[in-house]
Amino acid sequence: MLEKWVERALFVSMLFCALCVTAVFGFLVYFSWPLLSNVRGLAGIFSSVWKPFMGEFGILPMLAGTFSLAFLALVLACPLAIGITCFIEGLAPARPANAVRSLVYFMTSIPTVIYGFVSVFVLVPLIRDTFNQGAGFCLMTSAITLSLLIVPTMVISLETEMRQRAEEVRLGARSLGLTPAQELLWVLLPCSGRGLVVAMVLGFGRAVGDTLVALMVAGNAPVIPHTLLDSIRTLTAHIALVVATDSQDQAYYSIFAAGLLLFLIMALLTLLVRTIGGRFGQGGKRHERAF
Amino acid sequence: MKKTTFIAVLAAMCAFLAAGGIQASELDRFAGLKGTIDIAGGTAHIPVMNDAGKNIMRFNPDIRITVAGGGSGVGVQKVGEGLVDIGNTGRAVSEAEKSKYGLVSFPFAIDGVAVVVNPKNPVSELSAQQIKEIFSGRIANWKDLGGPDAAIHLFTRDEASGTREVFWEKLLNKGDLAQNANIVASNGAMKVAVAGDPHAIGYLGIGHISKDVKAVVIDKVEPSQENAKSGAYRVTRYLYMNTKGQPTQLQQAFIDYILGPDGAEICKKHGYIPISK
Repeated sequence: MLEKWVERALFVSMLFCALCVTAVFGFLVYFSWPLLSNVRGLAGIFSSVWKPFMGEFGILPMLAGTFSLAFLALVLACPLAIGITCFIEGLAPARPANAVRSLVYFMTSIPTVIYGFVSVFVLVPLIRDTFNQGAGFCLMTSAITLSLLIVPTMVISLETEMRQRAEEVRLGARSLGLTPAQELLWVLLPCSGRGLVVAMVLGFGRAVGDTLVALMVAGNAPVIPHTLLDSIRTLTAHIALVVATDSQDQAYYSIFAAGLLLFLIMALLTLLVRTIGGRFGQGGKRHERAF
Repeated sequence: MKKTTFIAVLAAMCAFLAAGGIQASELDRFAGLKGTIDIAGGTAHIPVMNDAGKNIMRFNPDIRITVAGGGSGVGVQKVGEGLVDIGNTGRAVSEAEKSKYGLVSFPFAIDGVAVVVNPKNPVSELSAQQIKEIFSGRIANWKDLGGPDAAIHLFTRDEASGTREVFWEKLLNKGDLAQNANIVASNGAMKVAVAGDPHAIGYLGIGHISKDVKAVVIDKVEPSQENAKSGAYRVTRYLYMNTKGQPTQLQQAFIDYILGPDGAEICKKHGYIPISK
């Protein structure tokens, strides 16, 4: 009896969540419809020129900005995340491992604005003076900052996976006489490939979704980046910058289009995570529940 | 003798009362009023609104005043949708906004916008034409302006910014703004960016200028509030409060307070020129 009620309650909350997400999607489509429904509007959105005062509302530079930033942050964060996870999960003695683990968990609770703020005062001048090109507010600066932000997400996800694997393989590995380092390198890491991919997708998603770091240190120039030192604007920063404009203006609609794009990107990423979870067979089942 | 003492005491008392009376009269209009005033919008307004709010809430604890930023566009939107009582803008509301929401505007101060560079930059005087060419990207090195051989780092504000609008309309004459200029989202962020970069150039509300940045003399006119008031410096704008329809009694009292002598003092303190009523 009770079980039935619990089941119903869960079903209702699931339905509610699903409805909310659908509603957000519908809302985004509805509001960006004036731009999406006519060919000129659509071509206008998918153009590389953002000059709202001259009737140009292209958000391709922001799309390019988002992807280049997220990709670069991922490239920087990946080795770091793998290194930290290996350290925690096998190489380090218990005490330092726990210390690093606590640090990583602590990092997840640092507000984004603090990363942004510190970066403006420390990293921006450093990059500017080191490379002597541009103002320091650029793709590279924001990618470095953002990589710090996504490392904990990746470590936690990867570590969860690795710890589960470790339980399965540790006994066998030890009985073969492998040292912890060998076990990690030849058994555990290869087994956790799926976890690594999932961690990467999650980290990428976090990087795509972040607003404040990009807004504070990426420079926000609406141009497609050509070098690491170019000022870029992401879709999220674009929304944050334009949301305060005259809401009766056409530029305002572009933020709904940007929102729609972000929504679709995130949906695709989620789908990707789920497919990966499925493709790797049995092992994936348990992990799937996490998403 | 006694009489003179009496008169002196009387005079002193009168003076005391008068002084007290003047001081209280500005806040007296809030006596007996109750309720909340939520304010949002232009960031230039925030220090003025905060100070006024503090004075009023200290005088009458039954009144709650909250102040939020967001920018001029947010100010219009929030007051228009009824989310706040007063929406601040650093620009006149557009005809479309006015007719859609039925807004009533109350200008209360003038703010000048100054071009700023890093204090280490030897360049301290520019012509309006040079500024146009700098911000359009045609002049890209400080050595063309008598400075060091270094690239100019452009900083501008987001499209929602009233400060940007003033700068763009009054100084650039709606001319081209380089697409690769860095964009910062507030006067504060602009100051941080220019103060930290010896080769930067940007623009700020005059009220935000401090020793961290250097305001550039434009066409021989110093960007001071005096010059803005006299009209000699022409890169200026009005600061507005807006209500949806006619203000309520409490809102009206607040607006009158800002427009009154106390409000004028607060505006001056934060570097703006009050509009005398």
